[in-house]
Amino acid sequence: MIRYFYTSGEYFIFLAKVFSFNNKAKTFYSRLIDEIYALGIQSIGIVTVISAFIGAVITIQTAYNMENPILPDYLVGLATRDSLLLEFSSTIVALILAGKVGSNIASEVGTMRVTEQIDALEIMGVNSASFLVLPKIAAMVIFNPFLAVISMIVGISGGMCVAYLTDIMSFADYVNGIQYAFVPFYVTYSLIKTLFFGFIIASIPAFFGYNVKGGSLEVGRASTKAVVASVILILFVNLILTKIFLS
Amino acid sequence: MIKVQNVFKSFDSVGVLDDISFEFEQGKNNLIIGQSGSGKTVLLKSIVGLFEIDKGDILYDGASFSSMNLHQRRDIRKEIGMLFQGSALFDWATVEENVRFPLDMFTDMSDKEKSDRVNYCLERVNIEKAHKLLPSEISGGMQKRVAIARAISMKPKYLFCDEPNSGLDPKTSIVIDNLISSITKELNITTIINTHDMNTVTEFGDKILFIANGKKCWEGSKKTIFNSDNDELNQFVFASSVYQKFREQKHSDEK
Ligand SMILES: Nc1ncnc2c1ncn2[C@@H]1O[C@H](COP(=O)(O)OP(=O)(O)O)[C@@H](O)[C@H]1O
Ligand SMILES: [Mg+2]
Repeated sequence: MIRYFYTSGEYFIFLAKVFSFNNKAKTFYSRLIDEIYALGIQSIGIVTVISAFIGAVITIQTAYNMENPILPDYLVGLATRDSLLLEFSSTIVALILAGKVGSNIASEVGTMRVTEQIDALEIMGVNSASFLVLPKIAAMVIFNPFLAVISMIVGISGGMCVAYLTDIMSFADYVNGIQYAFVPFYVTYSLIKTLFFGFIIASIPAFFGYNVKGGSLEVGRASTKAVVASVILILFVNLILTKIFLS
Repeated sequence: MIKVQNVFKSFDSVGVLDDISFEFEQGKNNLIIGQSGSGKTVLLKSIVGLFEIDKGDILYDGASFSSMNLHQRRDIRKEIGMLFQGSALFDWATVEENVRFPLDMFTDMSDKEKSDRVNYCLERVNIEKAHKLLPSEISGGMQKRVAIARAISMKPKYLFCDEPNSGLDPKTSIVIDNLISSITKELNITTIINTHDMNTVTEFGDKILFIANGKKCWEGSKKTIFNSDNDELNQFVFASSVYQKFREQKHSDEK
């Protein structure tokens, strides 16, 4: 338990170093562009595939579970839409990205630590934490909302495909459902969450990678620990934000 | 000149450096020698501030590094070039970009001036056709040379080299040693080299600090190293059979 407090203390000291920006702005922007590409654009594929399937599956599941004739037909579309908007496209996508992007960041930064590239930066007088990590955090915070929006659109379309291609339910009911009782705030709420999640997905693994001691074995371990820690933190923060915004 | 005064350093209460004092002189190849694990890297990294020392002081041309704040340290660091054991080239950047990196970060040079400087430094270390390659695409010896080019790109006053020959064949080792030595004389800088390579010691040891188990055991130069009666030093120096024979030869000559 004490160990956890100690680690969180170190994490905040690390963040302080990341945000004490003293490197050239020009280098920051060029690295930011690189990171948006590497962490954001490169994640569009996996987010698209997973969202399409999940959208389709939610639609099928809900349709099969609602054979009771009293329930209105538009419920399937509505359920698909709201599951995606409220939790899937922000939280579940964040968990997936914590695995993909998080392990990537932890091993990249960790490798730079054990091969002394971080020392090399420090020796030159560069604030290595800020130079390496700030662009990653900024990239994830900026791009994560786009990924969520992509996930929402693709997920709802996935459900639509099911409605269109199969005879589980009628296409018109689905289209009606996804428009029924639409609460725009759900989208806002989801996008606010993605900002927090983006920050976690980039900063926690970077912290673990930055503090690796040893060799490539330790880099692997740090990467695993980083993913576990970010996943738990995402779920915890999600709980808190849900409590704040939806109650 | 860099002066190390009574430096102590431990990790989690395990002592690694124990009361080390030494003066590293300008324009000379200052060597830190000792077995693996004796504390050479820790000493080198303590001098440049990558490790915080527990006790003692480090003076860069008289200025106390230990009592400087982060900002002042960063200014000193701009005068430091360092060659790491594994080269530590930035793997995301090409050879050219690696050498150019410090210039991009810290100077207001024009693009033309930067390219001229980069070309000069790479020529200096005899790298000709590898400008656009990534570090992973060149040999270990070339990586070392690129790392030297990067270390001198900002015209440092102090050059630190951590086992510049590790992982290199004997012939390439000599090339690297010669390069470091000639740069030291040419720029009249203070160079500190960690090594356990006896060839380096006998060829380039203008000034030598021998440490064992984190303690200073002996100091001298390549001229005095074979005439010491320090047992630990002799064990280190005469560990290889070549030098063993050399000693036997000398003993029989004396008789
Ligand atoms: N970051 C560190 N944390 C704890 N112990 C360390 C660290 N770096 C080095 N040591 C220990 O310090 C001792 C000296 O290591 P080092 O200076 O790397 O030796 P070498 O002379 O081979 O360069 C070793 O026993 C090593 O285990
Ligand atoms: Mg070493």
